[in-house]
Amino acid sequence: MIAGTPRRLEGRVAFVSGGLRGIGLAVAERYLAEGAEVVLSDLDDPGSDHAGQTMARLGQAASYLRADVASEADWERARDLVRERHGNLHILVNNAGIELSGPVETMALEAWRKIMAINLDGVFLGTKVFVPMMAQSGAAVRGGASIINISSIMGLVGYNEISAYNASKGAVHLFTKGIAIEFATKQMPIRANSIHPGFVLTPLLDAAFERRVDEGFAEKPSDLIEMTAATTPLGRLADPAEIAGAAFFLASEDSSYMTGAEMVVDGGWTAQ
Amino acid sequence: MAGRLEGKIALVTGGTAGIGAGAVRRLSAEGARVVFTGSNQSAADALVAETGALFHPHRVEDAAGWAAVIDDLLGRFGRLDIAFANAGTEGGDGSVEDIGIDGWNQIIAVNQTGVMLTVQHAIRAMAQNPQGPTGSIIVNSSMNANRAMGNFVAYSVSKAAVVALAKSAAVHCGNKGYRIRVNAILPGVVETDMIRGVIARSPDPAVARAAFEGMAPLRRMARVEEITGLVAFLASDEAAFISGSEYVIDGATTAGMMGV
Repeated sequence: MIAGTPRRLEGRVAFVSGGLRGIGLAVAERYLAEGAEVVLSDLDDPGSDHAGQTMARLGQAASYLRADVASEADWERARDLVRERHGNLHILVNNAGIELSGPVETMALEAWRKIMAINLDGVFLGTKVFVPMMAQSGAAVRGGASIINISSIMGLVGYNEISAYNASKGAVHLFTKGIAIEFATKQMPIRANSIHPGFVLTPLLDAAFERRVDEGFAEKPSDLIEMTAATTPLGRLADPAEIAGAAFFLASEDSSYMTGAEMVVDGGWTAQ
Repeated sequence: MAGRLEGKIALVTGGTAGIGAGAVRRLSAEGARVVFTGSNQSAADALVAETGALFHPHRVEDAAGWAAVIDDLLGRFGRLDIAFANAGTEGGDGSVEDIGIDGWNQIIAVNQTGVMLTVQHAIRAMAQNPQGPTGSIIVNSSMNANRAMGNFVAYSVSKAAVVALAKSAAVHCGNKGYRIRVNAILPGVVETDMIRGVIARSPDPAVARAAFEGMAPLRRMARVEEITGLVAFLASDEAAFISGSEYVIDGATTAGMMGV
């Protein structure tokens, strides 16, 4: 939040998948700063150092559960926990995702299915499981409930040797438009939009760049960061907090007429 | 709401009515000092009295008048942080088969050339900002940039053109090393006084209102404040990594087909 401005998510409950690092963590931090209560999920053991330290830092308004977004049973457990603890869900951020690169002709079907399970099934399942609760919660707040699906600019344009990631994120883009029309047509008070980050300094990008170094695209990851900055009109990569700003806008009443839309946050990368 | 745009200087073209007037109100409420342009003096006087914004009478298509707009603004404030290229028209439009050349030329002059002049002069001013070339420019396009209307050819064409203009300007600013962001917003049908007038003057206002409301799966028109919230977001430092983007805000009107 910006210093001196009022907290604009007071009384709201949010769920953020993949919340312990990268964009998910930045979104959770932003929502908490705006006064929301936030439930995070990730794959870390709740007793792990990283989960423990992160949750201690986030404070009382945040809670954590271990859940695999590709598992419907885990999502049902998450919903039961949210219902029990908060009774409402106003904001769902389907953020958890993995990357995968490599030539299509050598890609293992297992690897393809895994990225689809996490990046796409995870968004579908989170939506499916939480929609009934969000329809109720959304009826009581201005602007309705909000589903925010984290796609990618790679869900809008192709990129060398990341076809599976392209496909998973492109599917999230159109899944979001489909549900937005579905909810609006039924007059269900849930909006749905996708965010399409460009290159963001996250653990996922680190992993992808390290893989590309292994694959011989560059000598070291920092070379790839410099090359990426040089090909981005704003001349740099994004901080996760800058994606959280868009996720905050979509969660807030200010976006009450926005549904079925996409917010590209890429420093101009796809405009050129 | 105060604070997010504290200390920023904003320019809004076509600020005397509709989304433009709403933007003058919203940007002022968030702390910006706003200069707006237009040609309706009495509407401008009321808005100046209400918001404390400043009015500079000017039509965006008047290329020669731009220097005075910018000189006046920079003379007063010494900087420009936000420009909302909003002024637009649809008067004299028609289908490609029927439109007259005067109608076409006027709409292109305002909606396309006027936006180009706004972006051009805003960039030139922002490039001189004391802390270096920074700023946010927001172009008001329309959802009709993506879904053309058969009976509004010039409007549809000009609104599509300014999306490309915003992207070109964003890339140019990148090439120059400016930290000036340029983005387009693509609203759906907004319940402005102009639309209310169209409804009131129609043979059956109830039917006309239902037709406008039924265009969006959300089953209503946007309120002006629902568009100006996006303008304020893009104007703010929260959007620091957003440039060259086109944001649709239309209640899912262009997300696809509603089905049967």
